[in-house]
Amino acid sequence: MSKRLTGILTPIIAVLLGIIVGTIIMLASGYNPVDAYTALWNGAFGETYYIGEVIRQFTPYILAGLAVAFAFRVGLFNIGVEGQFIVGWLASVWVGVSFDLPRVIHLPLAILAAMVAGALWAFIPGFLKARFRVHEVIVTIMMNYVALHTTNYIIRNVLAAKSGDKTEQIHESASLRSEFLQSITDYSRLHWGIVIAIVCCIIMWFLLERTTRGFELRAVGFNQHAAHYAGMSVNKNIILSMLISGAFAGLAGAMEGLGTFGYAAVKGGFTGVGFEGIAVALLGANTSLGVFFSAILFGILEVGALNMPLEAGVPNELVSIIIALIVFFVASSYIIRIFLDRFSKKEVK
Amino acid sequence: MKMRKVGMALSLVLAAGTLLGACGKSDNNKGTETSKGGEKTKKFSVAMVTDVGGVDDKSFNQSAWEGLQKFGQDNGMKKGKGGYDYLQSKSDADYSTNLNTLVRQDFDLVYGIGFLMQSAVEEIAKQQKNAQFAIIDAEVKQPNVASVLFKEQEAAFLAGVAAALQTKSNHIGFIGGMEIPVIERFESGFLAGVKAAKPEVKVDVQYSGAFDKAELGQSIASKMYSSGADVIFHAAGATGNGLFKEAVDRKAKDPSKEIWAIGVDRDQNDMGPDVVLTSALKRVDVAVQDLSKKAMDGKFPGGEIALYGMAEDGVGLAPINSKASNKDAIEAAIKDWSEKIKSGAVKVPGTRDELKNFSAK
Repeated sequence: MSKRLTGILTPIIAVLLGIIVGTIIMLASGYNPVDAYTALWNGAFGETYYIGEVIRQFTPYILAGLAVAFAFRVGLFNIGVEGQFIVGWLASVWVGVSFDLPRVIHLPLAILAAMVAGALWAFIPGFLKARFRVHEVIVTIMMNYVALHTTNYIIRNVLAAKSGDKTEQIHESASLRSEFLQSITDYSRLHWGIVIAIVCCIIMWFLLERTTRGFELRAVGFNQHAAHYAGMSVNKNIILSMLISGAFAGLAGAMEGLGTFGYAAVKGGFTGVGFEGIAVALLGANTSLGVFFSAILFGILEVGALNMPLEAGVPNELVSIIIALIVFFVASSYIIRIFLDRFSKKEVK
Repeated sequence: MKMRKVGMALSLVLAAGTLLGACGKSDNNKGTETSKGGEKTKKFSVAMVTDVGGVDDKSFNQSAWEGLQKFGQDNGMKKGKGGYDYLQSKSDADYSTNLNTLVRQDFDLVYGIGFLMQSAVEEIAKQQKNAQFAIIDAEVKQPNVASVLFKEQEAAFLAGVAAALQTKSNHIGFIGGMEIPVIERFESGFLAGVKAAKPEVKVDVQYSGAFDKAELGQSIASKMYSSGADVIFHAAGATGNGLFKEAVDRKAKDPSKEIWAIGVDRDQNDMGPDVVLTSALKRVDVAVQDLSKKAMDGKFPGGEIALYGMAEDGVGLAPINSKASNKDAIEAAIKDWSEKIKSGAVKVPGTRDELKNFSAK
């Protein structure tokens, strides 16, 4: 069996295994899996409203997944997507509420602010890694907490309207929302962000696969020492990759800030989008197209799951278990690969 | 390069699956939608959306669900579609989806439980003008939304009186959830109660910043007890569960030690029968039942604020723990203050500004 086919089959088998084990768990705990999956399906595609919500849900997942995948291709583990996501969210809303500009300037400015904020947040771990070899995993994890509490402080003390825990609604001119998209999806919160997410997928693919800079970045990811020996600046590429990764994550925040919510609220804890991004990137094998489709799958699962308790009486935590199982099986794809190899060898004989 | 092609192929397969699936489904659905519109059932149905605390938070959401269950059972309704049900939210983004789902399932009245759902309810109420909504703890000015507010400060005031009379170290703690107006009412009322009963008592006020972090509640409680506080009141939803855990642990280690915790929203005596002094009751269940009944009878108070205070039995204080050394004195004081509040002789402050000017006579 060719390597390429194995590569395609591994994630698919992982998803199937996740669903099968999920079914077994449901049977064991006395729920009807057919009802549950039907409810999941209806909750994701049953009405145009839900389709709109699914797209809305996976838009930030795509960007968060790209952020993780991009850093990973350069050999860095950006666990700080969550933090960069939060500061991007805040920055976009900040620009959205405090300026009054025509739409053509305001909206790009708000999006740009989110990208810059995310990039700056990721610059710190990138710089520390490049300059002092501080491990980026630790710094990015800690930066998540700094981001969470700093943004909460800013929202509460600088931006909050009178009610105290959230900013005002952003001006219409900075909003990604559209009456048109809402009307075709029966009042879902679908917004134009999906276009940005798709464009970003293309940008990432082009950047990594079709430019010299992308080649350098990937070379650093494959083998830092070889890249260094070949005369590439490893440090520069590390910082650059974190900047781009952070910009993607910041954009994901702008999706929530300018699209889904239109405001930033004090958060009691992490949103989970950044961490979901890690799983998305993993399932998508760190390629932009892979990320795109695994984000869709996650969006379907998350939105569809909300319908499970009502329609099938199955707790929606079960979907979290299924997602965890899928990630588990992707992570242990080595096992699947061995099986596939054995299988194909037997066939040849 | 290989990886990229692999990813592309995989993605195409997935995409084809989803797209084809979507097409098939939407056709089916048109049929069901029309049939749904045709058979209008007269039976009243009601549902609620919890905030991120979940339906088993031992406090606010749970109380609302208990109220809804009671209402359902009293009226011979069944759990599920066409009866009564709930949906849980895992993140802020889910509020809107959940509320919309319930409206789409034709529930006659949909509750948004909690302040956090304010903007979601407002937005959907504008879109779905024929649906009826109720929101707890926030005000939404839409003709199809009933806003339910409580005078939490009155219950917290009584809790403050009880705490002040029970403390031996003259040191009391307050653990808040997020700093939002509702919790500010709890804080102000509690501080006013302490001040009214025993002005020299010191109160340590801390906010955990979350309603769903029991471990954080426990670490704050641990610090407070260690620094000398012997009674702690929480208004922090599921975060407060950590307070009870800490109190029970400490009591188990040293049963002679006098430490107390005060619960919130529902009678939380079950969280630690030896350490829960009392609970500041916020009868979300009463309000939910009351409002559901009104809606069922066709008297839904849309666009209005339903205010539940002590006079309406919407708030109050749970029975004092019989193991409390000062039980009789506390009960007498509570009775006294309750009457003053009900009659309007004492107006309990609901904000920190009002608290500054508060003086109990």
